[in-house]
Amino acid sequence: MLESHAPTGPIDKSWDNHRFNLKLVNPANKRKYSVLVVGTGLAGASAAASLAELGYHVKAFCIHDSPRRAHSIAAQGGINAAKNYPNDGDSIWRLFYDTVKGGDYRAREANVYRLAQVSNHIIDQCVSQGVPFAREYSGYLANRSFGGAQVSRTFYARGQTGQQLLLGAYQAMMAQVQKGKVELLPRREMMDIVVVDGAARGIVTRNLVTGKMERFDGDAVVLATGGYGNAFFLSTNAKASNVTAAWRCHKRGAFFANPCYTQIHPTCIPVSGSHQSKLTLMSESLRNDGRVWVPKDPSDKRAASDIPDQDRDYYLERRYPSFGNLVPRDVASRAAKAVCDDGRGVGNSGLSVYLDFRDAIKRDSEDLIREKYGNLFHMYEKITGENPYKVPMRIFPAVHYTMGGLWVDYNLMSNLPGLFVLGEANFSDHGANRLGASALMQGLADGYFVAPYTIGGYLANTKLAPLDTTHPAFDDVNREVENQTQKLLNVDGKRTVDDFHRELGRLLWDNCGMARSQASLKKVLDEVPALRENFWRDVSVTGSEGELNQVLERAGRVADFLEFAEVMARDALTREESCGGHFREEHQTKEGEAKRNDDDFCHVAAWEFKGLGNTPTLHKEPLTFDNVPLTQRSYK
Amino acid sequence: MTNGLNLKLKIWRQKNQSSDGQLKDYHVKDISPDMSFLEMLDTLNEELESNGEEPVAFEHDCREGICGSCSMVVNGKPHGPERGTTVCQLHMRRFSDGDTLVIEPWRAKAFPIIKDLVVERSAFDRIIAAGGFITARTGSAPDGNAVQIPKEHAELAMDAAACIGCGACVAACKNASAMLFVAAKVSHLSLLPQGKVEARKRVLDMVKVMDQEGFGNCTNTQACEVECPKEIKIENIARLNREWIKASAAARDV
Repeated sequence: MLESHAPTGPIDKSWDNHRFNLKLVNPANKRKYSVLVVGTGLAGASAAASLAELGYHVKAFCIHDSPRRAHSIAAQGGINAAKNYPNDGDSIWRLFYDTVKGGDYRAREANVYRLAQVSNHIIDQCVSQGVPFAREYSGYLANRSFGGAQVSRTFYARGQTGQQLLLGAYQAMMAQVQKGKVELLPRREMMDIVVVDGAARGIVTRNLVTGKMERFDGDAVVLATGGYGNAFFLSTNAKASNVTAAWRCHKRGAFFANPCYTQIHPTCIPVSGSHQSKLTLMSESLRNDGRVWVPKDPSDKRAASDIPDQDRDYYLERRYPSFGNLVPRDVASRAAKAVCDDGRGVGNSGLSVYLDFRDAIKRDSEDLIREKYGNLFHMYEKITGENPYKVPMRIFPAVHYTMGGLWVDYNLMSNLPGLFVLGEANFSDHGANRLGASALMQGLADGYFVAPYTIGGYLANTKLAPLDTTHPAFDDVNREVENQTQKLLNVDGKRTVDDFHRELGRLLWDNCGMARSQASLKKVLDEVPALRENFWRDVSVTGSEGELNQVLERAGRVADFLEFAEVMARDALTREESCGGHFREEHQTKEGEAKRNDDDFCHVAAWEFKGLGNTPTLHKEPLTFDNVPLTQRSYK
Repeated sequence: MTNGLNLKLKIWRQKNQSSDGQLKDYHVKDISPDMSFLEMLDTLNEELESNGEEPVAFEHDCREGICGSCSMVVNGKPHGPERGTTVCQLHMRRFSDGDTLVIEPWRAKAFPIIKDLVVERSAFDRIIAAGGFITARTGSAPDGNAVQIPKEHAELAMDAAACIGCGACVAACKNASAMLFVAAKVSHLSLLPQGKVEARKRVLDMVKVMDQEGFGNCTNTQACEVECPKEIKIENIARLNREWIKASAAARDV
């Protein structure tokens, strides 16, 4: 049985009590510990900065040329906090409640409560760092609304909130680099983790410029390497986002929790052709003012502006009158799929719906809409060549975020002692569906306000034998990694890495995407091993090992996606219910809403690796809901 | 594809930092006008890869114009011909059938070429480390609304903070000056009340490192503003100069 170490007792006191109970490291001793932070997005950079401020010696690794490139930077809409500045009835409890409900009752209550509690400190912290949040004319902070909430609790910096928050964390980290407290190692890809006496003690990285394998030892390893959405090839993730670091940890013993929980974001720019290399998100904040619709009649092929209101179906407003266009993402995505399946989708492919600002422009003026969403409208026009001030945007759901990730306890430590997992890379706070503007909140909560305490607690409580990178465990891992690299280069096949990746993505999107069934998931489990075999027989990896080699980088990541895909499908097949982003066609209500099975599946599914080709072992962490009663989610 | 473009490409190929590079000719056929510029390069690279040839190395990541990774000069212009657009957001509908496109890396002493179109921009990180931050130890912050910030100041700060650190300003400048990059950060932080405390030290330290890294001086050609994909204004450079003069004078006082 998995032990979450979540405190018992009143939930509003649990984090305070837990912090008090964590052992402390003496300030003078902190500098004797070294922590390896892998990934420098919101979670990694904020953790690296905060740990270094405390006095730990930190090494921070990123695959980019600069930590500022991490994909957190692309988050547009905002960050939630329970400040209640608008006086509309928000509170820590309400943010906690909305997040548990939004996650379809598949998150750990104590974690979510803590997240809501520290949310307010995040805003304070970021304002102090100089994050230029939007302001009212009064000079006070402005808020807007996001899906799944009926209060305005989202703080934002135009459509570039992620960028500004990341730059804040990056700058805080760089200040520590200057002080010599953080050693920054850019253009390094973590290839594997080194486990000694059952604890995470180091990593092996590939220097992406020289191609050399490098070894680093530490007293704890922090993984903040993001999600696995790029398994689908087409997603809103950046091209370099990958599962490799998390997957390698999984293969060394860390459990992978709820890999089937994938968020399909409803407002993305539709696919335009087979050349498509990635998809672009249009912020959910657009649903504050844009209205989603399709023609009532499938044969109605008139231009959008020629279709009068009585012939339009504003299907979200019709189906969910109380939340309207601001229903949570999973609900909005499935509704879009339903109208497209119904033959009412628009655009050449029939795979898109309108997001229309006509009424908002009439009500508020084009200038005001430009002030709120100018950069998003600009981006839309650049990509599609259409002017959204004049014609409605066309949108379609796309893979965006992954709620699943490495299993962690309340301390954000995986079952592998000394391995802490932060941000999107862990599974912890969003249950089966993440609410908009909550990813930034969680990444920064983990990095600024949770891990710096809990890592201290671990170090103070653990006796670690001294070691360095000459330890035989490092030799073994190093050899394995080098062998895999050589193996990739030696295949000498004909098909490109992207070609394999695209085929995997198509298979997953069609069979393990917005809707899943027993048959479709079995198909994935049948076909992935064959595709993987093909990959290792016929992939073309050009160039050599000892240089900058982007093909080799991608090949290694795709090789891992080809292994990971199986556990995602297996988890989806095993979870015989629909919840949040996991929609099993066999389990739906008469109205087509997700139907949970709390009797059998009110648990976290954590998978233990048992060797490639072998069925992984399932460990269950039961979830109890003492504070937010389990109910059928309704946004009607 | 009926209205696909056929293009001639002249691309800078360079094996590594120490070897010589040269422009090499390629052809791509049937390019969809809906493709992004990088997708056009993907198409070329896939063809090269399936022939066992080494693809063109270039930096890219978010492909949404925000990470600042992509960095190439197209027909003499950093990020290509479209104003206010990163090359990842440049679409092929901007070009015509039969066009010749010359594609080169950023060229600046402070940005050495690593391979093909990939350059090393860590000099920017070192400038930020020197002072491009507001010190706010985690946990020490007062309530977010404790200090009112006039909306127009917040907006101006945000205009400057929108910099993506791509280096196009340096690539556009005949002096390879990084003044627009440094000015954007100095402006962003000095326009906010939180940033005032460290303002003097910040500007002096950042400018010092900027000079050490080998970036050139600003001679007000304004090329940086024209080519900046985020349309950062050179009035920020004026602000940087004012801040620097103020700080230098004050440094002499004490």
